[in-house]
Amino acid sequence: MGFNTDKNSYTIIFAVAMVVVVGSLLAFTASSLRDRIAANKRTEKQQNILFAMGVTDTEDPNEFVPAEKAQELFDKYVGDEQYIVVNGNAQKTKEAFDIEVKKENDKVKQDPNYQRKLPLFIGKKEGEEYYVVPMRGNGLWDAIWGYVSLDKEFKTVKGAFFDHKGETPGLGANIKEAYFRDDFIGESILDESGNYQGITVKKGNGDPKNERKNDNAVDALAGATITGDGVTAMVKKGIKMYQPYFETLKK
Amino acid sequence: MAEVTEEQVKVKEPKEPLFSKKNRKLLTDPLADNNPITIQVLGICSALAITAQLKPSIVMAISVIFVMGVGNIVISLMRNIIPSKIRIIVQLVVVAALVIIVDQVLKAFAYTLSKELSVFIGLIITNCIIMGRFEAFALGNGPWKSFLDGIGNAAGYGVLLIIVAFFRELLGSGTLFGVKVLGDPIEKTGLYAIGYENNGFMVLAPMALITVGIIIWIQRSRNKALIEDH
Repeated sequence: MGFNTDKNSYTIIFAVAMVVVVGSLLAFTASSLRDRIAANKRTEKQQNILFAMGVTDTEDPNEFVPAEKAQELFDKYVGDEQYIVVNGNAQKTKEAFDIEVKKENDKVKQDPNYQRKLPLFIGKKEGEEYYVVPMRGNGLWDAIWGYVSLDKEFKTVKGAFFDHKGETPGLGANIKEAYFRDDFIGESILDESGNYQGITVKKGNGDPKNERKNDNAVDALAGATITGDGVTAMVKKGIKMYQPYFETLKK
Repeated sequence: MAEVTEEQVKVKEPKEPLFSKKNRKLLTDPLADNNPITIQVLGICSALAITAQLKPSIVMAISVIFVMGVGNIVISLMRNIIPSKIRIIVQLVVVAALVIIVDQVLKAFAYTLSKELSVFIGLIITNCIIMGRFEAFALGNGPWKSFLDGIGNAAGYGVLLIIVAFFRELLGSGTLFGVKVLGDPIEKTGLYAIGYENNGFMVLAPMALITVGIIIWIQRSRNKALIEDH
Protein backbone atom coordinates (compact mmCIF):
# COMPACT_ATOMS: atom_id res chain seq x y z
CA MET A 1 0.00 0.00 0.00
CA GLY A 2 1.19 3.47 -0.85
CA PHE A 3 0.40 5.15 2.44
CA ASN A 4 1.50 4.73 6.00
CA THR A 5 -1.27 3.32 8.11
CA ASP A 6 0.63 3.97 11.34
CA LYS A 7 0.45 7.74 11.13
CA ASN A 8 -1.65 9.45 13.81
CA SER A 9 -3.41 11.65 11.29
CA TYR A 10 -4.41 8.61 9.23
CA THR A 11 -5.67 6.81 12.32
CA ILE A 12 -7.87 9.76 13.26
CA ILE A 13 -9.21 10.21 9.73
CA PHE A 14 -9.94 6.50 9.50
CA ALA A 15 -11.75 6.49 12.83
CA VAL A 16 -13.86 9.50 11.91
CA ALA A 17 -14.72 8.08 8.49
CA MET A 18 -15.61 4.73 10.02
CA VAL A 19 -17.92 6.29 12.59
CA VAL A 20 -19.65 8.37 9.92
CA VAL A 21 -20.08 5.45 7.52
CA VAL A 22 -21.22 2.92 10.10
CA GLY A 23 -23.38 5.45 11.94
CA SER A 24 -25.25 6.52 8.84
CA LEU A 25 -25.60 2.93 7.70
CA LEU A 26 -27.21 1.96 11.00
CA ALA A 27 -29.37 5.08 11.11
CA PHE A 28 -30.55 4.41 7.58
CA THR A 29 -31.39 0.77 8.36
CA ALA A 30 -33.18 1.68 11.57
CA SER A 31 -35.26 4.50 10.11
CA SER A 32 -36.22 2.66 6.94
CA LEU A 33 -37.40 -0.35 8.91
CA ARG A 34 -39.02 1.54 11.80
CA ASP A 35 -42.61 1.43 10.57
CA ARG A 36 -42.50 -2.24 9.84
CA ILE A 37 -41.01 -3.02 13.23
CA ALA A 38 -43.65 -0.89 14.99
CA ALA A 39 -46.41 -2.73 13.12
CA ASN A 40 -44.89 -6.05 14.13
CA LYS A 41 -44.78 -4.97 17.77
CA ARG A 42 -48.44 -3.92 17.63
CA THR A 43 -49.42 -7.28 16.20
CA GLU A 44 -47.40 -9.02 18.88
CA LYS A 45 -49.19 -7.11 21.62
CA GLN A 46 -52.56 -8.12 20.18
CA GLN A 47 -51.37 -11.71 20.02
CA ASN A 48 -50.16 -11.56 23.63
CA ILE A 49 -53.44 -10.17 24.93
CA LEU A 50 -55.46 -12.75 22.98
CA PHE A 51 -53.15 -15.47 24.24
CA ALA A 52 -53.70 -14.47 27.86
CA MET A 53 -57.44 -14.84 27.15
CA GLY A 54 -56.88 -18.31 25.79
CA VAL A 55 -57.48 -17.33 22.16
CA THR A 56 -54.73 -19.28 20.39
CA ASP A 57 -53.84 -20.88 17.12
CA THR A 58 -56.52 -23.45 16.36
CA GLU A 59 -53.96 -26.13 15.59
CA ASP A 60 -51.52 -25.60 18.44
CA PRO A 61 -52.92 -24.15 21.68
CA ASN A 62 -49.41 -23.12 22.72
CA GLU A 63 -49.02 -20.81 19.74
CA PHE A 64 -50.28 -17.31 19.11
CA VAL A 65 -53.02 -16.64 16.63
CA PRO A 66 -51.44 -16.12 13.18
CA ALA A 67 -50.08 -12.59 12.73
CA GLU A 68 -52.29 -11.81 9.75
CA LYS A 69 -55.43 -12.65 11.75
CA ALA A 70 -54.39 -10.82 14.93
CA GLN A 71 -56.18 -7.55 14.13
CA GLU A 72 -59.40 -9.27 13.11
CA LEU A 73 -59.53 -11.50 16.18
CA PHE A 74 -58.54 -8.66 18.47
CA ASP A 75 -61.47 -6.64 17.17
CA LYS A 76 -63.73 -9.61 17.67
CA TYR A 77 -62.76 -10.56 21.23
CA VAL A 78 -61.67 -7.23 22.72
CA GLY A 79 -62.84 -4.54 20.32
CA ASP A 80 -63.65 -1.29 22.12
CA GLU A 81 -63.42 -2.80 25.59
CA GLN A 82 -60.19 -1.00 26.36
CA TYR A 83 -59.88 1.16 29.43
CA ILE A 84 -57.44 3.48 31.08
CA VAL A 85 -57.67 3.28 34.84
CA VAL A 86 -56.43 6.34 36.73
CA ASN A 87 -56.75 6.56 40.47
CA GLY A 88 -59.49 3.95 40.61
CA ASN A 89 -61.58 5.45 37.80
CA ALA A 90 -61.80 3.90 34.38
CA GLN A 91 -62.19 5.67 31.09
CA LYS A 92 -63.11 3.78 27.97
CA THR A 93 -60.67 4.67 25.20
CA LYS A 94 -58.72 2.95 22.51
CA GLU A 95 -55.65 4.88 23.59
CA ALA A 96 -55.25 2.21 26.24
CA PHE A 97 -53.58 0.03 23.64
CA ASP A 98 -50.77 2.53 23.15
CA ILE A 99 -49.92 2.89 26.82
CA GLU A 100 -46.61 1.26 27.59
CA VAL A 101 -46.13 -0.02 31.09
CA LYS A 102 -42.44 0.76 30.81
CA LYS A 103 -43.04 4.44 30.13
CA GLU A 104 -45.53 4.66 32.99
CA ASN A 105 -42.96 3.06 35.30
CA ASP A 106 -40.39 5.63 34.21
CA LYS A 107 -42.78 8.51 34.81
CA VAL A 108 -43.54 7.27 38.32
CA LYS A 109 -39.81 7.00 39.00
CA GLN A 110 -39.23 10.60 37.92
CA ASP A 111 -42.23 12.05 39.70
CA PRO A 112 -43.61 10.16 42.73
CA ASN A 113 -46.85 12.15 42.58
CA TYR A 114 -47.61 11.11 39.00
CA GLN A 115 -50.97 9.39 38.63
CA ARG A 116 -50.18 6.22 36.77
CA LYS A 117 -52.32 5.33 33.76
CA LEU A 118 -53.23 1.66 33.91
CA PRO A 119 -54.35 0.01 30.69
CA LEU A 120 -56.99 -2.69 31.06
CA PHE A 121 -58.47 -4.88 28.36
CA ILE A 122 -61.74 -6.69 28.88
CA GLY A 123 -62.14 -9.57 26.50
CA LYS A 124 -65.26 -11.64 25.96
CA LYS A 125 -64.97 -15.25 24.94
CA GLU A 126 -67.84 -17.72 24.97
CA GLY A 127 -69.88 -15.48 27.27
CA GLU A 128 -67.12 -15.18 29.85
CA GLU A 129 -65.24 -12.03 30.74
CA TYR A 130 -61.47 -11.85 30.87
CA TYR A 131 -59.80 -8.88 32.57
CA VAL A 132 -56.38 -8.71 30.93
CA VAL A 133 -53.73 -6.82 32.90
CA PRO A 134 -50.38 -5.98 31.29
CA MET A 135 -47.36 -5.94 33.59
CA ARG A 136 -43.63 -5.42 33.48
CA GLY A 137 -40.77 -6.22 35.84
CA ASN A 138 -37.14 -7.21 36.06
CA GLY A 139 -35.63 -10.64 35.56
CA LEU A 140 -32.02 -11.59 36.12
CA TRP A 141 -30.47 -9.84 33.12
CA ASP A 142 -33.09 -7.59 31.69
CA ALA A 143 -36.77 -6.75 31.53
CA ILE A 144 -39.55 -9.32 31.78
CA TRP A 145 -43.18 -8.63 31.00
CA GLY A 146 -46.46 -10.39 30.75
CA TYR A 147 -50.23 -10.34 30.47
CA VAL A 148 -52.43 -12.00 33.07
CA SER A 149 -56.18 -12.41 32.66
CA LEU A 150 -58.49 -12.57 35.68
CA ASP A 151 -62.07 -13.74 36.05
CA LYS A 152 -64.85 -11.28 36.85
CA GLU A 153 -64.60 -11.91 40.59
CA PHE A 154 -60.94 -10.82 40.39
CA LYS A 155 -59.96 -13.90 42.30
CA THR A 156 -58.76 -16.51 39.84
CA VAL A 157 -56.18 -16.30 37.06
CA LYS A 158 -57.69 -17.49 33.79
CA GLY A 159 -54.64 -17.20 31.61
CA ALA A 160 -51.13 -15.85 31.55
CA PHE A 161 -48.40 -15.03 29.13
CA PHE A 162 -44.84 -14.13 30.08
CA ASP A 163 -41.97 -12.97 27.96
CA HIS A 164 -38.48 -11.64 28.54
CA LYS A 165 -35.79 -9.65 26.86
CA GLY A 166 -32.66 -11.55 27.77
CA GLU A 167 -33.09 -14.27 30.36
CA THR A 168 -30.73 -17.24 30.17
CA PRO A 169 -31.80 -19.67 27.43
CA GLY A 170 -32.82 -23.00 28.91
CA LEU A 171 -33.18 -21.55 32.42
CA GLY A 172 -34.86 -18.20 33.07
CA ALA A 173 -36.04 -18.03 29.47
CA ASN A 174 -38.37 -20.90 30.30
CA ILE A 175 -40.87 -18.48 31.86
CA LYS A 176 -42.14 -18.36 28.28
CA GLU A 177 -42.83 -22.06 28.23
CA ALA A 178 -46.25 -23.63 28.64
CA TYR A 179 -45.28 -25.83 31.58
CA PHE A 180 -44.41 -22.77 33.63
CA ARG A 181 -47.15 -20.33 32.70
CA ASP A 182 -49.94 -22.92 32.66
CA ASP A 183 -49.44 -23.43 36.40
CA PHE A 184 -50.85 -19.94 36.87
CA ILE A 185 -54.17 -20.90 35.33
CA GLY A 186 -56.79 -21.43 38.02
CA GLU A 187 -54.48 -20.16 40.74
CA SER A 188 -56.09 -17.79 43.22
CA ILE A 189 -54.61 -14.36 43.86
CA LEU A 190 -56.48 -13.97 47.16
CA ASP A 191 -55.91 -15.87 50.41
CA GLU A 192 -58.74 -17.65 52.24
CA SER A 193 -59.94 -14.51 53.99
CA GLY A 194 -60.05 -12.66 50.69
CA ASN A 195 -56.94 -10.53 51.12
CA TYR A 196 -54.77 -9.85 48.11
CA GLN A 197 -51.69 -12.09 47.97
CA GLY A 198 -50.58 -12.23 44.35
CA ILE A 199 -48.90 -15.42 43.18
CA THR A 200 -45.51 -16.55 44.39
CA VAL A 201 -43.10 -18.53 42.23
CA LYS A 202 -41.91 -20.83 44.96
CA LYS A 203 -38.94 -23.16 45.27
CA GLY A 204 -39.81 -26.55 46.73
CA ASN A 205 -43.50 -25.92 46.24
CA GLY A 206 -43.81 -29.59 45.27
CA ASP A 207 -46.96 -29.20 43.25
CA PRO A 208 -45.96 -29.98 39.65
CA LYS A 209 -49.49 -30.66 38.49
CA ASN A 210 -50.73 -27.53 40.22
CA GLU A 211 -53.44 -29.26 42.20
CA ARG A 212 -53.41 -26.77 45.06
CA LYS A 213 -55.15 -23.79 43.52
CA ASN A 214 -55.57 -21.78 46.71
CA ASP A 215 -52.00 -21.67 48.01
CA ASN A 216 -51.11 -18.56 45.93
CA ALA A 217 -47.98 -20.35 44.74
CA VAL A 218 -46.67 -22.13 41.65
CA ASP A 219 -43.57 -24.29 41.21
CA ALA A 220 -40.34 -22.44 40.46
CA LEU A 221 -37.98 -23.25 37.59
CA ALA A 222 -34.76 -25.09 38.43
CA GLY A 223 -31.73 -22.87 38.01
CA ALA A 224 -33.74 -19.69 37.55
CA THR A 225 -34.27 -18.35 41.06
CA ILE A 226 -33.82 -14.66 40.27
CA THR A 227 -36.03 -14.78 37.19
CA GLY A 228 -38.68 -16.58 39.25
CA ASP A 229 -38.48 -13.96 42.00
CA GLY A 230 -38.82 -11.34 39.27
CA VAL A 231 -42.04 -12.95 38.07
CA THR A 232 -43.37 -13.09 41.64
CA ALA A 233 -42.67 -9.40 42.17
CA MET A 234 -44.03 -8.43 38.77
CA VAL A 235 -47.33 -10.31 39.17
CA LYS A 236 -47.82 -9.18 42.75
CA LYS A 237 -47.19 -5.52 42.01
CA GLY A 238 -48.80 -5.57 38.57
CA ILE A 239 -52.21 -6.78 39.72
CA LYS A 240 -52.10 -4.88 43.01
CA MET A 241 -52.17 -1.54 41.20
CA TYR A 242 -55.57 -2.47 39.79
CA GLN A 243 -57.01 -3.59 43.12
CA PRO A 244 -58.65 -0.25 44.03
CA TYR A 245 -60.50 -0.30 40.70
CA PHE A 246 -61.46 -3.95 41.01
CA GLU A 247 -62.84 -3.24 44.49
CA THR A 248 -65.19 -0.62 43.04
CA LEU A 249 -66.30 -3.05 40.34
CA LYS A 250 -67.08 -5.77 42.86
CA LYS A 251 -69.55 -3.51 44.68
CA MET B 1 23.19 -9.18 -20.75
CA ALA B 2 19.63 -8.28 -20.80
CA GLU B 3 18.28 -6.10 -18.09
CA VAL B 4 16.29 -8.04 -15.64
CA THR B 5 12.91 -6.48 -15.63
CA GLU B 6 10.70 -6.62 -12.61
CA GLU B 7 8.31 -8.82 -14.45
CA GLN B 8 10.84 -11.60 -14.81
CA VAL B 9 11.95 -11.49 -11.19
CA LYS B 10 8.46 -12.00 -9.89
CA VAL B 11 7.92 -15.68 -9.41
CA LYS B 12 4.66 -16.53 -10.99
CA GLU B 13 2.50 -18.22 -8.42
CA PRO B 14 0.09 -20.75 -9.81
CA LYS B 15 -3.46 -19.72 -9.00
CA GLU B 16 -4.75 -21.78 -6.13
CA PRO B 17 -7.95 -23.71 -6.80
CA LEU B 18 -10.89 -22.62 -4.65
CA PHE B 19 -10.95 -25.84 -2.68
CA SER B 20 -7.27 -26.72 -2.60
CA LYS B 21 -6.05 -29.04 0.12
CA LYS B 22 -4.85 -26.09 2.15
CA ASN B 23 -8.18 -24.35 1.86
CA ARG B 24 -10.09 -27.45 2.81
CA LYS B 25 -7.92 -27.76 5.89
CA LEU B 26 -9.00 -24.26 6.92
CA LEU B 27 -12.53 -25.52 6.93
CA THR B 28 -12.05 -28.91 8.57
CA ASP B 29 -9.25 -28.33 11.07
CA PRO B 30 -11.32 -26.31 13.53
CA LEU B 31 -13.90 -29.10 13.61
CA ALA B 32 -11.57 -31.39 15.50
CA ASP B 33 -7.82 -30.94 15.91
CA ASN B 34 -7.95 -27.17 16.14
CA ASN B 35 -11.37 -26.79 17.70
CA PRO B 36 -11.91 -23.24 18.96
CA ILE B 37 -13.38 -24.39 22.26
CA THR B 38 -11.40 -27.47 23.21
CA ILE B 39 -8.00 -26.52 21.72
CA GLN B 40 -7.93 -22.74 21.32
CA VAL B 41 -10.17 -22.31 24.41
CA LEU B 42 -12.12 -19.45 22.81
CA GLY B 43 -15.84 -18.84 23.22
CA ILE B 44 -16.19 -20.74 26.49
CA CYS B 45 -18.42 -18.09 28.04
CA SER B 46 -21.30 -18.44 25.60
CA ALA B 47 -20.80 -22.21 25.57
CA LEU B 48 -21.60 -22.22 29.28
CA ALA B 49 -24.55 -19.91 29.00
CA ILE B 50 -26.72 -21.45 26.35
CA THR B 51 -26.06 -25.18 26.27
CA ALA B 52 -28.74 -26.18 28.77
CA GLN B 53 -30.94 -27.14 25.80
CA LEU B 54 -30.31 -28.27 22.24
CA LYS B 55 -32.50 -25.82 20.37
CA PRO B 56 -30.86 -22.57 21.51
CA SER B 57 -27.45 -24.14 20.93
CA ILE B 58 -28.28 -24.87 17.30
CA VAL B 59 -29.71 -21.38 16.78
CA MET B 60 -26.58 -19.89 18.31
CA ALA B 61 -24.35 -22.07 16.13
CA ILE B 62 -26.09 -20.91 12.95
CA SER B 63 -25.97 -17.25 14.01
CA VAL B 64 -22.26 -17.43 14.76
CA ILE B 65 -21.51 -19.20 11.47
CA PHE B 66 -23.21 -16.36 9.63
CA VAL B 67 -21.58 -13.51 11.55
CA MET B 68 -18.15 -15.13 11.44
CA GLY B 69 -18.27 -15.83 7.72
CA VAL B 70 -19.37 -12.34 6.74
CA GLY B 71 -17.28 -10.60 9.41
CA ASN B 72 -14.10 -12.35 8.35
CA ILE B 73 -14.67 -11.30 4.73
CA VAL B 74 -15.24 -7.66 5.70
CA ILE B 75 -12.18 -7.50 7.94
CA SER B 76 -10.08 -9.29 5.33
CA LEU B 77 -11.09 -6.80 2.61
CA MET B 78 -10.19 -3.93 4.92
CA ARG B 79 -6.99 -5.50 6.24
CA ASN B 80 -4.63 -3.20 4.34
CA ILE B 81 -6.29 0.04 5.31
CA ILE B 82 -7.04 -0.62 8.98
CA PRO B 83 -4.68 1.41 11.18
CA SER B 84 -3.00 -1.11 13.47
CA LYS B 85 -3.37 1.10 16.54
CA ILE B 86 -7.15 0.93 16.51
CA ARG B 87 -7.64 -2.43 14.83
CA ILE B 88 -9.45 -4.00 17.80
CA ILE B 89 -11.91 -1.11 17.85
CA VAL B 90 -12.46 -1.47 14.10
CA GLN B 91 -13.13 -5.19 14.55
CA LEU B 92 -15.63 -4.47 17.30
CA VAL B 93 -17.41 -1.88 15.19
CA VAL B 94 -17.64 -4.27 12.24
CA VAL B 95 -19.11 -7.11 14.25
CA ALA B 96 -21.45 -4.85 16.22
CA ALA B 97 -22.75 -3.11 13.10
CA LEU B 98 -23.23 -6.43 11.34
CA VAL B 99 -25.14 -7.91 14.24
CA ILE B 100 -27.38 -4.83 14.64
CA ILE B 101 -28.26 -4.76 10.95
CA VAL B 102 -29.14 -8.45 11.00
CA ASP B 103 -31.22 -7.88 14.14
CA GLN B 104 -33.14 -4.97 12.59
CA VAL B 105 -33.80 -6.79 9.33
CA LEU B 106 -35.06 -9.85 11.20
CA LYS B 107 -37.31 -7.69 13.39
CA ALA B 108 -38.87 -6.17 10.29
CA PHE B 109 -39.23 -9.24 8.11
CA ALA B 110 -39.10 -12.30 10.38
CA TYR B 111 -40.40 -11.10 13.71
CA THR B 112 -40.98 -14.49 15.30
CA LEU B 113 -37.48 -15.63 14.43
CA SER B 114 -36.02 -12.43 15.82
CA LYS B 115 -37.80 -13.07 19.11
CA GLU B 116 -36.14 -16.46 19.32
CA LEU B 117 -32.75 -14.97 18.56
CA SER B 118 -32.98 -11.85 20.70
CA VAL B 119 -30.83 -13.21 23.51
CA PHE B 120 -28.10 -14.35 21.19
CA ILE B 121 -27.61 -11.04 19.44
CA GLY B 122 -25.79 -9.65 22.45
CA LEU B 123 -23.93 -12.87 23.03
CA ILE B 124 -22.62 -12.96 19.47
CA ILE B 125 -20.93 -9.57 19.83
CA THR B 126 -19.12 -10.68 22.95
CA ASN B 127 -18.10 -14.04 21.54
CA CYS B 128 -14.32 -14.17 21.74
CA ILE B 129 -14.08 -16.60 18.80
CA ILE B 130 -15.15 -13.82 16.49
CA MET B 131 -12.62 -11.28 17.71
CA GLY B 132 -10.02 -14.03 17.97
CA ARG B 133 -10.35 -15.10 14.35
CA PHE B 134 -10.51 -11.51 13.06
CA GLU B 135 -7.26 -10.79 14.86
CA ALA B 136 -5.47 -14.06 14.18
CA PHE B 137 -6.58 -14.81 10.65
CA ALA B 138 -8.63 -12.29 8.72
CA LEU B 139 -6.14 -9.47 9.28
CA GLY B 140 -3.45 -11.44 7.47
CA ASN B 141 -5.26 -13.42 4.76
CA GLY B 142 -7.39 -12.92 1.69
CA PRO B 143 -11.18 -12.84 1.74
CA TRP B 144 -11.84 -16.37 0.44
CA LYS B 145 -9.45 -17.99 2.90
CA SER B 146 -10.83 -15.83 5.70
CA PHE B 147 -14.36 -16.84 4.78
CA LEU B 148 -13.45 -20.53 4.99
CA ASP B 149 -11.61 -19.98 8.25
CA GLY B 150 -14.61 -18.16 9.69
CA ILE B 151 -17.10 -20.82 8.64
CA GLY B 152 -14.80 -23.60 9.85
CA ASN B 153 -14.20 -22.11 13.27
CA ALA B 154 -17.82 -21.20 13.80
CA ALA B 155 -18.84 -24.72 12.79
CA GLY B 156 -16.27 -26.22 15.15
CA TYR B 157 -17.72 -24.07 17.90
CA GLY B 158 -21.25 -25.11 16.89
CA VAL B 159 -20.44 -28.81 16.91
CA LEU B 160 -19.12 -28.58 20.43
CA LEU B 161 -22.13 -26.57 21.60
CA ILE B 162 -24.41 -29.26 20.24
CA ILE B 163 -22.49 -32.10 21.88
CA VAL B 164 -22.50 -30.35 25.26
CA ALA B 165 -26.15 -29.38 24.93
CA PHE B 166 -27.09 -32.95 24.03
CA PHE B 167 -25.71 -34.31 27.29
CA ARG B 168 -26.90 -31.42 29.41
CA GLU B 169 -30.46 -31.55 28.13
CA LEU B 170 -30.64 -35.34 28.23
CA LEU B 171 -29.21 -35.76 31.73
CA GLY B 172 -30.49 -32.51 33.20
CA SER B 173 -34.05 -32.37 31.92
CA GLY B 174 -34.54 -35.83 30.41
CA THR B 175 -35.53 -34.25 27.10
CA LEU B 176 -34.09 -33.69 23.62
CA PHE B 177 -35.41 -30.70 21.69
CA GLY B 178 -38.02 -30.49 24.44
CA VAL B 179 -39.32 -34.01 23.71
CA LYS B 180 -39.46 -36.22 26.79
CA VAL B 181 -37.29 -39.09 25.58
CA LEU B 182 -36.78 -40.73 28.95
CA GLY B 183 -40.41 -40.76 30.00
CA ASP B 184 -42.39 -38.32 32.11
CA PRO B 185 -40.89 -37.40 35.49
CA ILE B 186 -44.26 -36.26 36.86
CA GLU B 187 -46.33 -39.22 35.68
CA LYS B 188 -43.44 -41.58 36.52
CA THR B 189 -43.31 -43.36 33.20
CA GLY B 190 -40.39 -44.75 31.20
CA LEU B 191 -37.06 -44.66 33.05
CA TYR B 192 -38.60 -42.68 35.87
CA ALA B 193 -40.82 -45.64 36.73
CA ILE B 194 -37.75 -47.56 37.94
CA GLY B 195 -36.51 -44.72 40.11
CA TYR B 196 -34.39 -42.66 37.69
CA GLU B 197 -34.12 -38.97 38.54
CA ASN B 198 -32.99 -36.03 36.43
CA ASN B 199 -29.68 -34.60 37.51
CA GLY B 200 -30.69 -30.99 38.14
CA PHE B 201 -27.04 -30.08 38.46
CA MET B 202 -26.59 -30.58 34.71
CA VAL B 203 -28.85 -27.58 34.07
CA LEU B 204 -26.47 -25.24 35.87
CA ALA B 205 -23.56 -23.53 34.12
CA PRO B 206 -20.69 -25.24 36.03
CA MET B 207 -21.66 -28.60 34.55
CA ALA B 208 -21.11 -27.21 31.07
CA LEU B 209 -17.53 -26.47 32.07
CA ILE B 210 -17.12 -29.99 33.42
CA THR B 211 -18.67 -31.47 30.26
CA VAL B 212 -16.29 -29.42 28.11
CA GLY B 213 -13.45 -30.62 30.35
CA ILE B 214 -14.41 -34.24 29.81
CA ILE B 215 -14.55 -33.70 26.04
CA ILE B 216 -11.08 -32.11 26.11
CA TRP B 217 -9.82 -35.07 28.13
CA ILE B 218 -11.25 -37.64 25.71
CA GLN B 219 -10.01 -35.72 22.67
CA ARG B 220 -6.44 -35.43 23.98
CA SER B 221 -6.21 -38.98 25.18
CA ARG B 222 -7.17 -40.16 21.69
CA ASN B 223 -4.78 -37.80 19.92
CA LYS B 224 -1.58 -37.46 21.94
CA ALA B 225 -0.21 -34.83 19.54
CA LEU B 226 -2.66 -32.34 21.02
CA ILE B 227 -1.15 -32.55 24.48
CA GLU B 228 1.00 -29.50 25.22
CA ASP B 229 4.36 -29.98 27.01
CA HIS B 230 4.71 -28.12 30.23
